[in-house]
This record gives sequence, structure tokens and C-alpha cells, in this order.
Amino acid sequence: MEWRDEGILLGIRRHGESAAIIDCFTLEHGRHLGLVHGGSSAKHAATLQPGTQLMLDWQARLSEHLGSYRAEPLRTRAGMIIGDPVRLAALNTVTTLLVTLLPEREPHQRLYGMSCRLLDELEEAEPRWPETYALWELQLLTSLGFGLDLRECAATGTRRDLAYVSPRSGRAVSRQAGGPWADRLLPLPPFLSGEGRASMGDVREAMRLVGHFLEAWVLPAMGVRAIPSARSRLLDQFEKLQMPPPPKERWNADEEDFIRRYSTEEELGIPVGDQGRS
Amino acid sequence: MSQPGPSAITRLIELMAKLPGLGPRSARRAVLTLVKRRERLLVPLAQAMADLAESVSLCSVCGNADVTDPCAICADPKRSKKAICVVQDVADLWALERAAVFAGQYHVLGGVLSPLDGVGPDDLGLPRLVARAHSEEVQEVILALGATVDGQTTAHYVAAELAEAGVRITTLAQGVPVGGELDFLDDGTILAALTARKDV
Repeated sequence: MEWRDEGILLGIRRHGESAAIIDCFTLEHGRHLGLVHGGSSAKHAATLQPGTQLMLDWQARLSEHLGSYRAEPLRTRAGMIIGDPVRLAALNTVTTLLVTLLPEREPHQRLYGMSCRLLDELEEAEPRWPETYALWELQLLTSLGFGLDLRECAATGTRRDLAYVSPRSGRAVSRQAGGPWADRLLPLPPFLSGEGRASMGDVREAMRLVGHFLEAWVLPAMGVRAIPSARSRLLDQFEKLQMPPPPKERWNADEEDFIRRYSTEEELGIPVGDQGRS
Repeated sequence: MSQPGPSAITRLIELMAKLPGLGPRSARRAVLTLVKRRERLLVPLAQAMADLAESVSLCSVCGNADVTDPCAICADPKRSKKAICVVQDVADLWALERAAVFAGQYHVLGGVLSPLDGVGPDDLGLPRLVARAHSEEVQEVILALGATVDGQTTAHYVAAELAEAGVRITTLAQGVPVGGELDFLDDGTILAALTARKDV
């Protein structure tokens, strides 16, 4: 058995004296572990860091075996990120959430594409990366099969002025329909339903929204006890972070443009829709 | 293939094979050497190991491994108390001592924060470090942690914890290693080196 695929390094663990077992999120094979001979050596230390994009050649006698990787770096990111505590916290959160929640050997190409985009923005210190992070978390929920329905109001069907999310169904509710139950509904930051762009407060609100569904739906289904603490440390960092407003022309982008910017199907040539198990 | 007969030898080979750098084959060679040089090597080695096992402990001040508590470094009156160098492991402390370039105090964390391995702030000796940094004598804390994702996550966390101590917090420079050639360096190291460039 052998294949070649690109992937993001999520974690590395020493194995024996000089080998390492790496955990990668690959484009076509999903989260996949493998042994790298000499992976713990100083020669590989700079490239085998979480966040690095690798070209991977995997080989094993049987498909269910751990197998071994030959890894060539495509894009090393850690060096550009580790100097900034907030971006580093985001990198830690992304890799930890993926390792904790993503099942092995199950492709999630849309999530993979979005993860690459987010890591690129972290590496390039793109000022509005927190907004991409919030959308990445929403995509994570969808890819895990617990997507929220934020397109229209669950009560009236309207697509305008969506202000809340039902904590039970994960469906959007309009301000008018949800008014009497506002204290029992979760606030919906407008940018998640495609209206305008996010402020830092919106990003924090989006993280609290996704956090609710991670705890209520995902963790019990995955048998995970708690959300990794890296995420709460990132949320703490976000309390102090400022995000510049987007360029003016972007404020007027319609929903289609907005979604297109964050989707990857065109680049990857795969059909629109969740690639995970839903 | 004949197996070693006596069980004490077999047991020693098995234990030696667990040491870093040794496998079963090299452990067998090492044990055979010890057996052949019984008086000159085996007996003194056994005695030295027994003495060490009896007396070694982690320093209650810095976390270094030594046969006295506080360790020889903490107890040395010639060493400056103005700077504390924070390292991940005792091996890092020994590496710095080998270079003989730092004459201050140390603090061994005993690991780094690792979300994937479940190592959190509570698993590191941070309260002890914060208490030491609040001491009037201390003016600088040097974070000598690895330039890895986990190492720098820990460095940022420790820096935040020490923010109220009123001391200067510094980290080691990152860049081109001595003997390094740019052609073989990764992008991150080149960026770090360029950012930390200096006048000549």
C-alpha cells in the first residue's frame, strides 16, 4: 500500500531514539498517522513542527498498518508564527482541535482547504485572521456532522435580520421571531450568516456560539471530556486583541462573494457541500 | 545463537538496553566489557551508581539534579542572583553550564506546555518561578526555551505570568547557527535571523 498526498502536520511524538510518529491532516486521506525514520533528529526539527505543510509519501504492507512517511516540507510556518503569542495560540488551538475531534482516515477536503487558508493567514500575519478563524470553527462543526443552519429563520423562514441561534436545534432565528425568548437563545454574530464583516466582539461571540455546540453535541458524540484548554487560552488572548476594520469595498460584498472567498471547492475541484459525515 | 547464561548478566543487559544510545546488541557489548574489567570498571561503576541513587535529588530551589539540596549552582555565592535563566530540562541547564557563558541562577521547568500531550500550566513549576522572580535581587528572567511551537508557547505563557513581577524578561536570539549555511536553513530561521540582524 502506498500513496502520495499533501498534508498539514498536527503533532509529532518521539518514537524510540530517533524516529517520530507524526499526525497529519491530509487532503485526500484525512487525519493520518505515520512513522518518520529519523523524525526526532535535529535535521528534521525545523520542518517537523505543527502547522508545516508537507508532501507525504506513505507506505505500509497493509492499509490498516501505521505505515511510514517520507515527508518533504512544502511550506514551513512555525518560524513565522512562534514570535506572536496570539497567532501561536491560534495555531495550537487549530492543531489540538483537529487532533482531538477529527476521526482518523476520513477525508474532509473543505475543512482541509480552510485550514490551509487560516494557517496561511496566520503565517502572513493577515490582520483579519480572527474572522477566518471563527469561520474555520464553524466549518469544523459542519465537517464533524454537526453543522449549524444559519441560512434562514427556523420560525418564519426569513433570511433577513437573523439575530439568534436555537441552542437545541442549531438553527438561526430572526430578531423579531426570537424576541420573546431572547434570553434563552444564543446571539448570532451577523457575519456568520453572511451579513457584513466581523468585529473582534463578533469573533468572540462566534467562538462562544460554536463552543456551546462543541460541548453540547460534539464532545459527547466523540467521547471527549472537555474542549482542549488551548481554545480557552485563545479566547483569553482575543479579549485583548484588536482587529482592524476591513477595506471599504469588502463591506459591501454580497453573501455570494463572501462565501466564495472562504470556500475551497473551486480550487480543489470537488462538489459543494459538506465532505464529512453528516 | 547462544544466550547469556547467568540471570544477573541478562538483567543488566536488559536494563542497559533501555539507556539512550544503547540497543540490545550494544548493551551486550557494554556488559561484556564491564565483566572483563571487573575491578577497574564494574565495581567502581556499581559503587558510583549506588552512591548516586542514594543521594541524588532535584534542587528545591531551581529543579536541577544534584546530590545536595540546594544544588551546587544555587549554593554558589560567586554566582549572580540578578538573573534567572529558565530552561525546559536539566539537560538544557547542563548544556548552558558546559558552555560556561552564564553565571546566574537557573530554573528548570521540567517540561513545556503541550496541548496535544495534555501538559498544562499546572504541570510545570511556575508558582515557584513567579515567587523567585518577585525576589528583590532578581532583575532579569531569561527564557532559554526551545524555538519550537511548544517551547515558544511556554515562553509566552511564562512571560505573561511574570508580567507583574517588574523584572526584565528576555528570550534567546534565534537565527543562523555557527557553521550554518543559509542555503540549508528553513524560511522561519532565515526570517528570525534577518529580523535580529545587527550593525557590524
